[in-house]
Amino acid sequence: MKTKTVKRRASGSHLRPAKLWQLRLFVTGQTPKSLTAFSNLKKICESQLKGIYRITVIDLLKHPQLAKGDQILAVPTVVRKLPEPVRTIIGNLSNTDCVLVGLDLRPAD
Amino acid sequence: MKTNGPKPASPGSLLPKCPTGIQGLDEITSGGLPRGRPTLVCGGAGCGKTLLAAEFLVRGAVQFGEPGVFMAFEETEAELKANVASLGFDLAGLVRRKKIVLDYVHIEPGEVQESGEYDLEGLFVRLNHAIDSIGARRVVLDTLEALFAGLRNEAILRAELRRLFRWLKAKGVTALITAERGRDQLTRHGLEEYVSDCVILLDHRVCEQIATRNLRVVKYRGAMHGTNEFPFLIGDQGISVLPITSLGLNHKVSSERIATGIPRLDAMLGGRGFFRGSSILLTGTPGTGKTIIAANFAQAAGRRGERTIFFSFEESPNQIIRNMHSIGMRLEPLVKRDLLRFHAARPSLYGLEMHLATMFKEIAAFQPHVVIVDPITSLMNAGTDSEGKGMVTRLIDYLKGGQVTSLFTSLTQGGHSLQQSEMAISSLMDSWLLLKDFEGNGERNRVLYVLKARGMAHSNQIREFLISNRGIDLVDAYIGPSGVLTGASRVAQAAREKAEALASQQEAARRKRELERKRATLERQIGGLRSEHEASDEELRRIDEQVGTQTRLLTTERTELGRLRQADVSVAPSARGKPKPKKGKG
Repeated sequence: MKTKTVKRRASGSHLRPAKLWQLRLFVTGQTPKSLTAFSNLKKICESQLKGIYRITVIDLLKHPQLAKGDQILAVPTVVRKLPEPVRTIIGNLSNTDCVLVGLDLRPAD
Repeated sequence: MKTNGPKPASPGSLLPKCPTGIQGLDEITSGGLPRGRPTLVCGGAGCGKTLLAAEFLVRGAVQFGEPGVFMAFEETEAELKANVASLGFDLAGLVRRKKIVLDYVHIEPGEVQESGEYDLEGLFVRLNHAIDSIGARRVVLDTLEALFAGLRNEAILRAELRRLFRWLKAKGVTALITAERGRDQLTRHGLEEYVSDCVILLDHRVCEQIATRNLRVVKYRGAMHGTNEFPFLIGDQGISVLPITSLGLNHKVSSERIATGIPRLDAMLGGRGFFRGSSILLTGTPGTGKTIIAANFAQAAGRRGERTIFFSFEESPNQIIRNMHSIGMRLEPLVKRDLLRFHAARPSLYGLEMHLATMFKEIAAFQPHVVIVDPITSLMNAGTDSEGKGMVTRLIDYLKGGQVTSLFTSLTQGGHSLQQSEMAISSLMDSWLLLKDFEGNGERNRVLYVLKARGMAHSNQIREFLISNRGIDLVDAYIGPSGVLTGASRVAQAAREKAEALASQQEAARRKRELERKRATLERQIGGLRSEHEASDEELRRIDEQVGTQTRLLTTERTELGRLRQADVSVAPSARGKPKPKKGKG
């Protein structure tokens, strides 16, 4: 399991209170899409949730049984486990606006 | 189990088949679905797609030792288990024994945010994991189209679906994919584009407020298949397709005869009644006594200790029992001894398929010797003619296979040609009795005749059919110069004949007496003549004697005269006086 935990103090987030964000990124091996998704996600988190987020990367090729629990169909998929409610975003996260809406960091227009 | 299944593929076909175990479907597809390839099952809402898919998996796991994966996009695992449990499938048990994996894929439209490119590798991983965890040979995806609601990027979706079907083929599993029926195409999202090996169309049609399910194999690449639309049932044993055209005609036949309960009717049928295991049609206009004959048949079976099941589609059991009291027939003892069982249902209660399924179930449970359907016509009205015929065919074949004698009553409306209106089913029947009303002289009378009776000598005569409080009886109808006479006319004719016979008898007696009188008179006359004759004889004799005497006297006198002339004259007066008184006396 490729797990990378980034934990920093919150700074500059005006939308959310300082509370731990738990994100899961589901990928299938190190495909270009997976790598793009991870770097995009990290970039967004750094700018919005600095210090209060944790990203867990799960490779479904190694842990296929984990796909069922989080209802994974598409990859890459980001699941926001905390704070609740659970939010799901699919794709390589190239569209930052969509990601921000999906993570509830910006209200949908 | 990598064999072609227990049923070999049809001759000349090299396509390996995967038997579904679903009654009738394997016959239509001559062996099952194409093995190792995806099959598309499409149809509207509530037509049984999920059920067909579930049965395919359950039967695969139970009957053919092929584990399966059920990937559900619409129903949760718990819902699915509960739904198929009503059909007697223990899905939960199979899941516990690792014969089936249920995977519920939840997609909530609008819940998922999309950002950038993605693929459905997650689905592949899940499916692959499920297949490998139990070594599955069969896969069901129900209903893939839910993906179209959950994912907005159709271009990606279509590309991934194409990849999915290729992947399934490569995986070597026999897959069954369900899809909603589209308006202009087979499926709403054109899935048939990806699945080209076998397409089955299910249909739930409502015709005159009664629903019937139909199944049709639209396409089966590389194999022969039945192309017709076949009605199918969903009963408590699962799905049962009714492939009418594939029914065989190879049941055993019996030459045993069974009595009808009406001696004169037996006599009309060569003296011994119907063949066991034959099908009998009893056609008649309303009120001609069809149910009564049917009840008689049931009673006769009961007397032989045989079981009868009576499917009534017009009267309740109690009503039939009560009505039979009016002709002095008691059916309750038979019911009590469980030799007669009623099953009453309104024809419009449910569709033809359900009726048939229910009847099969009842017959299988009761194991009757005789089955009565009263009347088959109202049941047939529950569907179209061809459906009805199909149903009756199926029922008759089923009953004949079990050597069960079946009696169907059929109601015909006055005015129609009987032969025509019964075209649909009469050809399936071995014997056909016709009950008819004769109207005339202000009354209606029932007559009965045998229209056909395959394989036995039968009477060609019309019998009058009498219903009294002592039961039913058949009497010879009077056939005279003015046609067939029945009822009061027959009785009147009989009386007239009797009177005529009596009159001619009396006339003969009178003439006889007269002749005797005449003869007596003649005899008396003969007696008179004879005595006259005798009297004449007497006189003749006397005359002869007199003549003789006179001659003698004359001779004597002459001699005397001669003598006297020679002697004394005084002797002469005394000699003359003597013969005279003698003459006066005679």
